[in-house]
Amino acid sequence: MTTATVPDHRGRYGVFGGKYVPETIMFALEELEAAFNEAINDKEFNELFQKELAIYSGRPTPLTKAERLSETNGGASIYLKREDLNHTGAHKINNAIGQALLAVRMGKKKIIAETGAGQHGVAAATVAAKYGLSCKVYMGKEDIRRQALNVFRMKLLGAEVIEVTSGSQTLKDATNEAIREWVASVEDTFYLIGSAVGPYPYPKMVKQFQQVIGHETQSQFTQEHGGKLPDAVVACVGGGSNAIGMFAPFIEKDVPLFGVEAAGLGVDTDQHAATLSKGSKGVIHGSLTKLLQTNEGQITEPYSISAGLDYPGIGPEHAYLHETERVKYEAVTDKEALEALKQLCVTEGILCALESAHAVAYSLTLARSMNKDQAVVVCLSGRGDKDVHTLMDKEGGEYR
Amino acid sequence: MNKRWEVFQNSSDYRFVPYIMAGDPSEEATIELSLALEECGAAALELGVPYSDPLADGPVIQRAGMRGLAQKVNLEKTIELVSTLRKRGLEIPVIIFTYYNLLLQLGENRFLQLAEENGVDGILVPDLPYEESGYLQEMCSQNNLALISLVSPTTREEKLVKISSEAEGFLYCISSLGVTGIRSEFRDGLDEFLRAAKANSHVPVLVGFGLSQREQIHQFENSSDGFIIGSAIVKKIEELEDELLTNREEAIKTFKAYLESLLPVYSR
Ligand SMILES: Cc1ncc(COP(=O)(O)O)c(C=O)c1O
Repeated sequence: MTTATVPDHRGRYGVFGGKYVPETIMFALEELEAAFNEAINDKEFNELFQKELAIYSGRPTPLTKAERLSETNGGASIYLKREDLNHTGAHKINNAIGQALLAVRMGKKKIIAETGAGQHGVAAATVAAKYGLSCKVYMGKEDIRRQALNVFRMKLLGAEVIEVTSGSQTLKDATNEAIREWVASVEDTFYLIGSAVGPYPYPKMVKQFQQVIGHETQSQFTQEHGGKLPDAVVACVGGGSNAIGMFAPFIEKDVPLFGVEAAGLGVDTDQHAATLSKGSKGVIHGSLTKLLQTNEGQITEPYSISAGLDYPGIGPEHAYLHETERVKYEAVTDKEALEALKQLCVTEGILCALESAHAVAYSLTLARSMNKDQAVVVCLSGRGDKDVHTLMDKEGGEYR
Repeated sequence: MNKRWEVFQNSSDYRFVPYIMAGDPSEEATIELSLALEECGAAALELGVPYSDPLADGPVIQRAGMRGLAQKVNLEKTIELVSTLRKRGLEIPVIIFTYYNLLLQLGENRFLQLAEENGVDGILVPDLPYEESGYLQEMCSQNNLALISLVSPTTREEKLVKISSEAEGFLYCISSLGVTGIRSEFRDGLDEFLRAAKANSHVPVLVGFGLSQREQIHQFENSSDGFIIGSAIVKKIEELEDELLTNREEAIKTFKAYLESLLPVYSR
């Protein structure tokens, strides 16, 4: 396996990655890379990051054995890495804390961020409040309408939410707009990106700040199982941050890894967000990766019931892990995700995020194909409070 | 260097290079607007390609791109438009302004072949910085096509020297941070930046991004060899959209009158 050698010095994961951005922000990426490399080699910075994760976000998050879920499902045991128990309700806060500490270290006072569902926007607004930074969050007009609660939350936290009306008015356009704003304000502004996407060094940086998920999982699991590693690890993939963080320590080990994309209404329809299953090579948001596009290269609008997976691209390292076949990528439909969400609710008393429900759904299928003495670990990336509205719309009738 | 670039580079004029979007508001309008621009003194033409995600463009050019997309204009069609422009008598260099993803999907080799067949002189890719441009640069050199480089006030000095000295066609100096659009103010220290670029460049040094008024153009005439105007012209075309579709002759007349009011007398 050659994964230890990626990314190379040009920020390439095989052919993927790189920096496809206007010349104006190239210096900022260099500056960021230098500051990041310096920070992660600084004991003090790492200790501060670990400390903030512990006393602010409540880490380590538990690894919960889903006893009743496993039993009713059959086959291998299912373990849940409880990122839903983080402050603000998802893994997004790990990365937001890391990048905000870096922004402070670099002397930047302003942060900007993009958001789709609003989870990363809330995480960014949260750390901005905590570290005394100003915060502008770019959000598509369509998403502002769909995610009114998170918009209000961001405002409560003191952030400015900027409505994006360009293009299709969703996450991809919000990201374009955040990058445009960064080009204009690059000298004093830190762009706090929300997933393992974007130009180098962002994919590497986001992985660095999210790999705490995988490292904790590894030590929790091995402690409980006399040094044995899990038999499979599963995570959902939007841009790919919770997945790459979960996979990080296992990539070089002999553990089967599964990334789960959103199949929306089905990968054979045009209503899905299955970037690796159905996309092709191209450039989006500064990175060469796989994306959903027309033959001519116009980027197309994805669809998923889960706003956090509703993204037409994917982080370049996932494109690489897909191409080298180190990770297997599967797609799960809206319907399958909803069923898994309900099953987890009634068997374990855990309402997970719709994004995470995609990973749960695949792990149920996977577990059934495995033996009773084996174990599957699922990254439960977030909690479902934010999705209650969507769930009421979809499923409400059942409970009335 | 081809004949058209030779004329461009040997000119002693303060060069005017406009940007318009292909297919905005129709292919025929693009042709007539291009010819009008040449008639009013354009020394070269940048032809934009409609794209769903134009990261380096502000709202004016974004909207132009949407209009171009509605006309189903793509990279291949834009290149083919140049061949029509040549048949209709356009003599100035034409630079295709395209985002990298469109180029990737068409294929770099296919692009070069089409460019050659249709009379294209250069290409500008706003999201392909120097560091990522090695392969395309080599292919362009082999095919006698100018890959236009951009430098920004934030470009580090050693890189500025390198890019300036290797520039082909012309060197595009970005006058302000941010995306394309109309601006009322420019950065301090811009003259120094332009002089540093000029000191190292073998090709004309042009300033662009945000220019919309004659006074702004005058501001840079001692420190540069020409100027690029995009958003201001595209905005005018937007205003004339209906007329360009229904009463083109009249619209082109209005467009030319606008150019005369905009441009310094000597560059016409
Ligand atoms: C709970 C949760 N899980 C997963 C994701 C998908 O992002 P990523 O693939 O970067 O982990 C999101 C994004 O908003 C999210 O909120």
